[in-house]
Amino acid sequence: MGLDFTVVLRNLDYLLWGRLTDGELGGLLLTVVMAVSAGILSLALGIALAMVAWRCQASRKLLFLWAELIRGIPLIFVIFWLYFLVPALFGGGIPNALSVILALAWFSSAAIMHSVLAGLQSLPRSQYEAGIASGLAEHQVLCWILLPQALRNLIPSFVGLFASLIKDTSLAFIVNVPELTTVASQVNNRTQLFPTEIFLSIAAMYFVLCGVLSLAARAVCGPSSR
Amino acid sequence: MIEFRDVHKFYDKLHVIRGIDLSIARGEVVVICGPSGSGKSTLIRLVNQLEPLSRGDILVDGQSVASSRGRALRRLRSQIGFVFQQFNLYPHLTVEQNITLALRKVLGVVPEDATVRAVELLDRVGLADKRFAYPAQLSGGQQQRVAIARTLAMRPKILLFDEPTSALDPEMIGEVLAVMRELATSGITMVVVTHEMGFARELADRIVFIDQGVILENDKPVDFFLSPQHPRARQFLRQLLSPLHTAND
Ligand SMILES: Nc1ncnc2c1ncn2[C@@H]1O[C@H](COP(=O)(O)OP(=O)(O)OP(=O)(O)O)[C@@H](O)[C@H]1O
Ligand SMILES: [Mg+2]
Repeated sequence: MGLDFTVVLRNLDYLLWGRLTDGELGGLLLTVVMAVSAGILSLALGIALAMVAWRCQASRKLLFLWAELIRGIPLIFVIFWLYFLVPALFGGGIPNALSVILALAWFSSAAIMHSVLAGLQSLPRSQYEAGIASGLAEHQVLCWILLPQALRNLIPSFVGLFASLIKDTSLAFIVNVPELTTVASQVNNRTQLFPTEIFLSIAAMYFVLCGVLSLAARAVCGPSSR
Repeated sequence: MIEFRDVHKFYDKLHVIRGIDLSIARGEVVVICGPSGSGKSTLIRLVNQLEPLSRGDILVDGQSVASSRGRALRRLRSQIGFVFQQFNLYPHLTVEQNITLALRKVLGVVPEDATVRAVELLDRVGLADKRFAYPAQLSGGQQQRVAIARTLAMRPKILLFDEPTSALDPEMIGEVLAVMRELATSGITMVVVTHEMGFARELADRIVFIDQGVILENDKPVDFFLSPQHPRARQFLRQLLSPLHTAND
């Protein structure tokens, strides 16, 4: 028996952007939008927390505990909680996709905090001293001297985290957000006959997405790091 | 200008600076020398509180270093230039940005004026053409000259040098010493930890010899080189001038 990919081609627009023409974002495009927004949010939150942890010894223990807590909970639980919690707190008007984005961001921010803090601590102390000696305040040394160097060193690890984020958006399936996995299973339910072709194709889409990302990252930071 | 008053420094239990009293006048060039581990770096790092004092006080222009905190401490530090052995340039910034960063963030100089000052100083240390280079693209001697330009940009009242030439290849020492020579004759107060005895003899107003955290000699260069009083200073000089001699001959 051969594989027949015509079902994928026939539904390609739906898989790629869902009902975009009706004003409802979906498919691969929604996956990308969710991953990018969660990525930006978690980066901002993770960096901010790392800065707090770096400056204040007392807060560090608390933040580590918090990160440990997140690490010990399956992401799918967080998604469920926010799915019920966010509408309860802000009324029913919040799209499901947004609550998943918040869950993903919250989850990844712990990992980002840890790697940014490690990145800051791995810089030579002499950089800090040079800044302090010139009269800069500690937060200025952090913003203008340490963070730029640490973040640059961390680009490869951020790329890895972002790739996991892309793959984790597929968990939005359980709360029925029409991202790539969800629309693929809708197509599969409708047609019934070609599950292998459909799920092979979306696996390839995830793979290409993550592959393009790491190639781009290597192109961006390759020349400067070697 | 700088006055050490019974200064002590402990690293945990290790008593590194053990009761130093020393006055340095405005415009004076003082060279500090002594064996490795004697506390030279620690002593000058106490002046701008890169290390906190354990006991005693240092007065800089009458201001107590021990009781300076926050804004007052930052102001003090901005008036004291510190040149490190390893240069400590910021690798992610260009030469010009290295010089202008503190100008803009600490002194609030507007970018255009900061750039003008950077160009001026790069010219002074002979590196006008390296303005847009990154530190990694410069030789050690060039990096140290940029580091000196960076501290000069703040128009400090005092310059502290911690072995500014000992991380350099021999052929680059001269270019850095030339810049320092120009500074020494410009009337700025300088405290220089160095083993460059040529610089000390020619330009120092005073040589302070410390060993194990105490001052053993505090003389004019002629007296220090011709008739050092303390046996350990004599031994130090002998070793410095002919390094192949063993410690006990
Ligand atoms: N951060 C620190 N923690 C603990 N001990 C230190 C620290 N810094 C310096 N010391 C110790 O203090 C003593 C004096 O060190 P210091 O660096 O001031 O000496 P130095 O005269 O500058 O020596 P060198 O010529 O090798 O640079 C040494 O025994 C050193 O091991
Ligand atoms: Mg030293």
